[in-house]
Amino acid sequence: MSYFSDIYKGIKTLLTGMSVTGGYFIRARKGAITQQYPDNRETLKMFDRFRGEVVMPHDADNRHYCTGCQSCEIACPNGSIEIIWDRAVDPETGKKKKKIDKHIYHLSMCTMCGLCIEACPTDAIVWAPNFENSVYDRSALTKVLNQPGSSVLDGIED
Amino acid sequence: MTDQQAQNKIKTEEYFINMGPQHPAAHGVLRLILTIDGEIIKNVEPDLGYIHRSIEKMCERDSYQQIVHLTDRMDYLSSHINNEAVCLTVEKGLEIEVSDRVKVIRTIIDELTRIASHCLWWGVMGMDLGALTSYFYAFRDREMINDIFEETCGARLTMNYNVPGGLMFDIHPNFVKRTKDFITHFKTKIPEYDRLLTGNVIFQKRTKGVGILTKEDAISFGVSGPTARASGFSSDVRKHHPYSAYDRVNFKEILFTEGDTFARYQVRMMELWESISIIEQLIDNIPEGETKAATKAVIKLPKGEFYQRVETARGELGVYINSTGNKNPYRVKFRSPGFSNLSVLNHISKDVLIGDLVATMASFDFVIPDIDR
Repeated sequence: MSYFSDIYKGIKTLLTGMSVTGGYFIRARKGAITQQYPDNRETLKMFDRFRGEVVMPHDADNRHYCTGCQSCEIACPNGSIEIIWDRAVDPETGKKKKKIDKHIYHLSMCTMCGLCIEACPTDAIVWAPNFENSVYDRSALTKVLNQPGSSVLDGIED
Repeated sequence: MTDQQAQNKIKTEEYFINMGPQHPAAHGVLRLILTIDGEIIKNVEPDLGYIHRSIEKMCERDSYQQIVHLTDRMDYLSSHINNEAVCLTVEKGLEIEVSDRVKVIRTIIDELTRIASHCLWWGVMGMDLGALTSYFYAFRDREMINDIFEETCGARLTMNYNVPGGLMFDIHPNFVKRTKDFITHFKTKIPEYDRLLTGNVIFQKRTKGVGILTKEDAISFGVSGPTARASGFSSDVRKHHPYSAYDRVNFKEILFTEGDTFARYQVRMMELWESISIIEQLIDNIPEGETKAATKAVIKLPKGEFYQRVETARGELGVYINSTGNKNPYRVKFRSPGFSNLSVLNHISKDVLIGDLVATMASFDFVIPDIDR
């Protein structure tokens, strides 16, 4: 007798499970959460704090906020940031002043930990919400963050 | 010739077979060397090292702030809890008391992490036992938690939101609303999980009485977490050694005595409700306060040894730091839950079928980078 009741109970549990999936089958359009990437590129918006890659914002006059203090280079756990710096002579005072020549960022080594951006005293580098990082050559992921011919905004060091 | 005589004439031989390192039921690069006789398992020998990255050695190179992000890559499903473990150890060494706000936010995100981890486990456990639907349902709900993390921390999995002394930045204004939305949504989904999988006759037949771990074995092998609690071993660090805000919330420690695969399943399913209850107690009154205690730019721990343990989604994680007073630790050791839990696998898998081993492994919820580090 328990043989038949086992069969009955077994089929009942299977039908209980199928009622869940069947419910979704009927309401398929309502509950769909799949994003149609890359067709939805125009509407796809990342969150403000999303860590995609490190960028250095420049203003209209091609100036940035980086003083070359190398805090980010020291804070980086895996050597993703290299700063090549130089000393420039200030034409007014004649004093020598540190300035960056190249702010090199190896996106291929970055673990997106955010320690460099936390360490930056002048907010010269920020996160950008770009996540489409696939390239054909690895060297394309080594980026120079400061634009050519750019200079540091006056008064940032003080 | 009777059947018995015929069987005596047929000789069987034991042979080796590799399960993994690329086996779909092994959750990563775990290689099990099985000694089997027919389909009966005689010995299980885990072979580790396929994803060893020497995280403990790298910690000796890095400063205390930099160690935190490496622990994301150990047990990646409870990355926030790992981060917190390191931060608590460093804070213990520096004798910093973090603000109440930090404690509460850390606890809420801990529990969200636990729900996300158990969600993934539930989906994968169903998939291991042949129920593919559970995988998609679990990932749908886990996605909402990932969105909460992405909005507040900036990353979905390897969050690195903790720093020694507090949090990297304050929570996002939407955090509370999103978390409440998720809880309302998720409360309707757990009964659905139960209807779909828990009561299923095939699932029950494959899990009940399979892979029985006794309480004595659990204690002597150092098993912790939900796996140990299914055997009746009360081992919840949150309960016995409360850290962060766990001393101000009410929650039950789920204990079962059966010790089989189904008991381990039930412990995790009931822990989902407990995690929800913890979040509900804290989410409405997150105290005001600073999010980061003042620390020096170069943290130097005083000379000595520091140890702190936390409860991750898989069990007890211990962080041991030996400092000589420099800016780098002299030695860092992680006592990871996965490694100890794996050690008992051979003991409980003797003379069972391969299919039962898959069910047992699914219920242990291994994360291989946590075992190898």
